[in-house]
Amino acid sequence: MKYKSVFDIIGPVMVGPSSSHTAGAARIGLLARSLFGEQPDHADIYLYGSFKDTYRGHGTDVALIGGLLGFDTDDDRIITAKDHADEAGMHIQFIEMEEERSHPNTALLHLVKGSDRLTVEGISIGGGKIEVVSINDYPISLSGNYPALLVFHKDTFGTIARVTTILGGHQINVSQMNVARKEKGDIALMTIELDEKISQEVIDEVAAAEGVDRVIEMKES
Amino acid sequence: MFRTIEELIDKATAENKAIADIMIEQEMEVTGRSYLDVYKDMERNLEVMENAVEEGFDGVTSTTGLTGMDAVKMKKYIDSGKGLSGDLTLYAIAHAVSTNEVNAAMGKICATPTAGSAGVVPGVLFAMKEKHDVSREEMVRFLFTSGAFGFVVANNASISGAAGGCQAEVGSASAMAAAALVEMAGGTPEMSGHGFAIALKNMLGLVCDPVAGLVEVPCVKRNAAGASNALTAADMSLAGIESRIPADEVVEAMYKIGLTMPSALRETGRGGLAGTPTGERLKAEIFGGQ
Repeated sequence: MKYKSVFDIIGPVMVGPSSSHTAGAARIGLLARSLFGEQPDHADIYLYGSFKDTYRGHGTDVALIGGLLGFDTDDDRIITAKDHADEAGMHIQFIEMEEERSHPNTALLHLVKGSDRLTVEGISIGGGKIEVVSINDYPISLSGNYPALLVFHKDTFGTIARVTTILGGHQINVSQMNVARKEKGDIALMTIELDEKISQEVIDEVAAAEGVDRVIEMKES
Repeated sequence: MFRTIEELIDKATAENKAIADIMIEQEMEVTGRSYLDVYKDMERNLEVMENAVEEGFDGVTSTTGLTGMDAVKMKKYIDSGKGLSGDLTLYAIAHAVSTNEVNAAMGKICATPTAGSAGVVPGVLFAMKEKHDVSREEMVRFLFTSGAFGFVVANNASISGAAGGCQAEVGSASAMAAAALVEMAGGTPEMSGHGFAIALKNMLGLVCDPVAGLVEVPCVKRNAAGASNALTAADMSLAGIESRIPADEVVEAMYKIGLTMPSALRETGRGGLAGTPTGERLKAEIFGGQ
């Protein structure tokens, strides 16, 4: 079930005018920021479907920028987010895409800071609820309801077992897990949703495990 | 966890509880939070709704100028005593318009279930407050009951105009409000289900065709229609009238209609009213320079 709480239905409290195109967009920006782990200096934002057709009227652009700046759905600063981005030295470019994606409300954010790069694709499914459907082109399913670890790793024997053994050793319960790869033997992405937040120590241990390339922590939004 | 309206009604009936209680208990179970925490959060949402309504009655206009100040007109009209509909209907219309005008002006609102349809549930709720002096607690419980029905729609169909058209937004909101109104007026859970089904049936097929893609025209007025439709459905249900099609099947029908709706009529600002000569002209005037 996609909606778990009554406050997904009666809520969120938000700046208008659209729960999917404004509040949802802000949440996609917030989640992308959380995955990136810092505020980007630059972001290319690709808009698809209804997002592309109506973003100006819905404030989807300012909401996405606001999210990247760390503003929540009910933060009035969303309205003037472009000015705040200028002040913060964050440069944003919007690109309108004709292509059809799996969902009509899709935004793909390519974030850059120094040599760090991350591509996050989010969809806004209604009433302010969102999902992340891909990261760096790896298909995933992430609601943002729970803390999660995204582990990029070599698609070889034993890597998954090593990671889950580390988590088990720290008595961390995995609520949901999936593995995606682009090609056999290439880099793969493990998405691990957890019941509770984990310490930096555990994250460092996972990052140091053989076969692991990069670890991204997603805090509960 | 209830997955269907039938399960929700059966649970409430079997345990001899109100639907609001079933929703609160489920929320406590899913989130592990206390009754008081859950209740307080909903009360805060109610406060946001109240503030939005007041702001709208003070008079707001959107940045485009397409919508605004109609709540003020409606209020004056009610005060003149010349209204044709009954007071409850007039108040529901006024409060729905007020909330949605604030939303269009990028004011602060509570999505119920979405922002585009945020006027319907408070419209009906505050009309009851004006006319029947309901308690604060009853108002909070009304929101939990609305939420319970919306929860089923969101999980089994859609509450997104881009996915399912306006029937998924104002239609869902209207059905949620009807069900909660029946409960508030003393109807059984089963009667709430019929009120829900009747309201949603009357909104099936409604397309999402906002002029210039903005949540303004026709959204503000559709919220008024959604609120008055909720009153119609609730009164019919309280009179003992039943929906021939069960509520869950109406939800499924709404979902399937949404799937067959062309994208021009699903929040793209291309078809329907958006595609009329006037709709196109307004769009050109608003975005002409961009």
